[in-house]
Amino acid sequence: VCIHRVRSCGSIRFIKSKYVCVFDKSALKFSHQQRLFRTSAVSCGQIVQFKLSDIGEGITEVTVKEWYIKEGDSVSQFDSICEVQSDKASVTITSRYDGIIRKLHYNLDEIAYVGKPLVDIEIDASKGVAPEEDVVETPPMSHEEHTHQEIKGHKTLATPAVRRLAMENNIKLSEVVGTGKDNRILKEDILNYLAKQTGAILPPSPKAEIIPPLPKSETMPVAPKDKARKVPLPVSRPIVFSGKDKTEPITGFHKAMVKTMSAALKIPHFGYCDEIDLTQLVQLREELKPVAQTRGVKLSFMPFFIKAASLGLLQYPILNASLDESCQNVTYKASHNIGVAMDTEQGLIVPNVKNVQVCSVFEIASELNRLQSLGSAGQLGTNDLTGGTFTLSNIGTIGGTYTKPVILPPEVAIGALGKIQVLPRFNEKGEVFKAQIMNVSWSADHRIIDGATMARFSNLWKSYLENPASMLLDLK
Amino acid sequence: MVLQSSLKSCLQLSCILRTPKAGFRSTTNRGLIIQSVSNDVYQNLAVEDWIHDHMNLENRQVLFLWRNSPAVVIGRHQNPWQECNLRLLRQNNIKLARRRSGGGTVYHDLGNINLTFFTNRKKYERMENLKLVVQALKALRPQLDVHVTDRYDILLDKQYKISGTAAKLGRAAAYHHCTLLCNADKFVLSSVLKSPYKGLKSNATPSVPASVKNLFEEDPSLTCEMLLDAIAEEYATRHQIDHHITLINPADETVLPGINNQTKELQTWEWVYGKTPKFSVSTCFNMVYKDSVLDVKVHMDVKHGRIEVCNIDLPDQWLPPALCSELVKSLTGSKFCPNETTALATTLLRACPQDDELHSRWNLLCENMIMLM
Repeated sequence: VCIHRVRSCGSIRFIKSKYVCVFDKSALKFSHQQRLFRTSAVSCGQIVQFKLSDIGEGITEVTVKEWYIKEGDSVSQFDSICEVQSDKASVTITSRYDGIIRKLHYNLDEIAYVGKPLVDIEIDASKGVAPEEDVVETPPMSHEEHTHQEIKGHKTLATPAVRRLAMENNIKLSEVVGTGKDNRILKEDILNYLAKQTGAILPPSPKAEIIPPLPKSETMPVAPKDKARKVPLPVSRPIVFSGKDKTEPITGFHKAMVKTMSAALKIPHFGYCDEIDLTQLVQLREELKPVAQTRGVKLSFMPFFIKAASLGLLQYPILNASLDESCQNVTYKASHNIGVAMDTEQGLIVPNVKNVQVCSVFEIASELNRLQSLGSAGQLGTNDLTGGTFTLSNIGTIGGTYTKPVILPPEVAIGALGKIQVLPRFNEKGEVFKAQIMNVSWSADHRIIDGATMARFSNLWKSYLENPASMLLDLK
Repeated sequence: MVLQSSLKSCLQLSCILRTPKAGFRSTTNRGLIIQSVSNDVYQNLAVEDWIHDHMNLENRQVLFLWRNSPAVVIGRHQNPWQECNLRLLRQNNIKLARRRSGGGTVYHDLGNINLTFFTNRKKYERMENLKLVVQALKALRPQLDVHVTDRYDILLDKQYKISGTAAKLGRAAAYHHCTLLCNADKFVLSSVLKSPYKGLKSNATPSVPASVKNLFEEDPSLTCEMLLDAIAEEYATRHQIDHHITLINPADETVLPGINNQTKELQTWEWVYGKTPKFSVSTCFNMVYKDSVLDVKVHMDVKHGRIEVCNIDLPDQWLPPALCSELVKSLTGSKFCPNETTALATTLLRACPQDDELHSRWNLLCENMIMLM
């Protein structure tokens, strides 16, 4: 005998006498003949039309606003199916059944009617059958007691999934108080019942848990009381990891970055690194911080690094230049628009301070404050983000010492600053002293910049920072 | 007088919240009044979600009182571009939140109070709740002319809206929340709730604009605290419980486990903007460049807050076609967001030929595109 897939709206007359009818109000007895059909019933399920239930307040129609599932998805009882709206009320419709969605009766923004079918769900008939092969260590209760009970003349209503849960946990349905419509027993009621017994709150969907491997020893003392409620033990199943790879398209800003970085790597980079002793600068900044504070500006080290770089660029203007696409011409940029790499929610953003060559350290600090607050609020404008000629990246605020920064076209050089570390160093007298050391890593376009130029620029920049008083001589 | 006590000392509440699913049948407490100590709109909305998802409301009803620092709150299925002036919001640090209930857009500030009535599905009854509010107001100031309309609004002097309503129904629980204008900033309210964005076509729930008035204008002796008290008093009487307001801290994970995740989710771009129903923007604008005025036509389809389709119609050869198509290609799939577009446009510029003329044209076009968002 085989089961034919049946589309029905309520009654399956010809199989009623032998099989569990999921939505027929009179629950039926199991019969032993089911064993024969369990194996063939894998993909043949019964289609249930899940109707839109009463919303309350006399509402008869709603608008479907969002579907959470699509045809072919499998759902469990209590999963959200869709969101409908009626007169300022948003309602989440949840599934009453476990099964597979076979049909959505409405499109988005269509009007749905209370009492009419919302979705068709195919319920796996085999799931309704209690699996006999499970190992149950207690005297099994007869099927009748699990599946339907007559309590004081009422028949107990419960879906097959709920019945199975009760069966697995050896719970008599008669002992569970149903809180659903017509005293129907819901999954929650079984879980609450179990919680009261075990004194713990169980997770709503036990099947989602990772099943641990069985302990090797078989001499586990089990109290008789536990035995009566023991969940059938799985037979050495391996640990199941249900994580899946996730693929997302690259869009928007990241797509643009891919393009920029690909262009950047066409530039032949060479690197040059050095160590800067910032002991004197640290002291100077400590003295100047409160002064800047009174003027409403937060003073970090960056304004000093930026100004020193600009002074260096005055001596080595090739580092503030741009090479055209055909590599025929070099343009020496008049303005020192020094970019400061910023890490924001979107990723790497490089706003720049314009015309550093005519700005004081304080003015640079003030402008940095402005850019930083705009950056964190996500409100930087196009003007702030374009026109840069040279870039400094203070990766040291996050960590690291030496790095290999990538030049941002159309620029030809970039500097990355590591973190400031306190390290022992020797002075001229051969004594060890505490020094505040920071590492700098430069990258430059080797097509127009040679190692010597980079080294000399770096030395000049280093000398200004190691001896800040010397900056005074060259400040414009 | 209102007794306000800390949450931890309220044993009944801690029992309720720590074991929400256990069959709690022996309680005698049929009602509970709680008030948030936070003015953060996301935290307060998260409390609503938390109570809705985790609290056992089978035999208990809850009244939640809350106020927010300046924020615009849109309904579940609304379009923020259609409902408010997003630029103005950003400039003035006014937050934008999307709630889970339906209905229209509202402006919140500390002069507006929010009331949420939690019940089980069967006891969901908005009219009763609003009548309770009206009764409380009348008990406080008998001469106030306030009444409830069919649309679940509360009107003052039969013409000014002082309260709007929205609701959320789940499987077993439901909540109905409403606002009450005591002393909100009407000037900010009207300017932020006016959308400057043109050419939007969408099926999102539209808001119905109404003239509003503050209760404070009618009676300057009224304050938010007095209104909250009066409503709590009326609720307590109605449910035959103590007039006792329990304070709740929306950041406290020990009392509300999992709430910080819910707060975070409400702040994500994907929730606030990404949940906007599909819409399209079809508009044109003029760009003034040097001595000429150019007409630009733009069409974009936006789904889940991202640009699905993008068409930009520019005068011939004003920008190299390759560059223009590069912009369109990059915008496709990108968030319909000014910040994202700015970052995208300025980054793309790095890979373009270094020509000042070209750069200024590009910047002009991009700035105009950004204005649409």
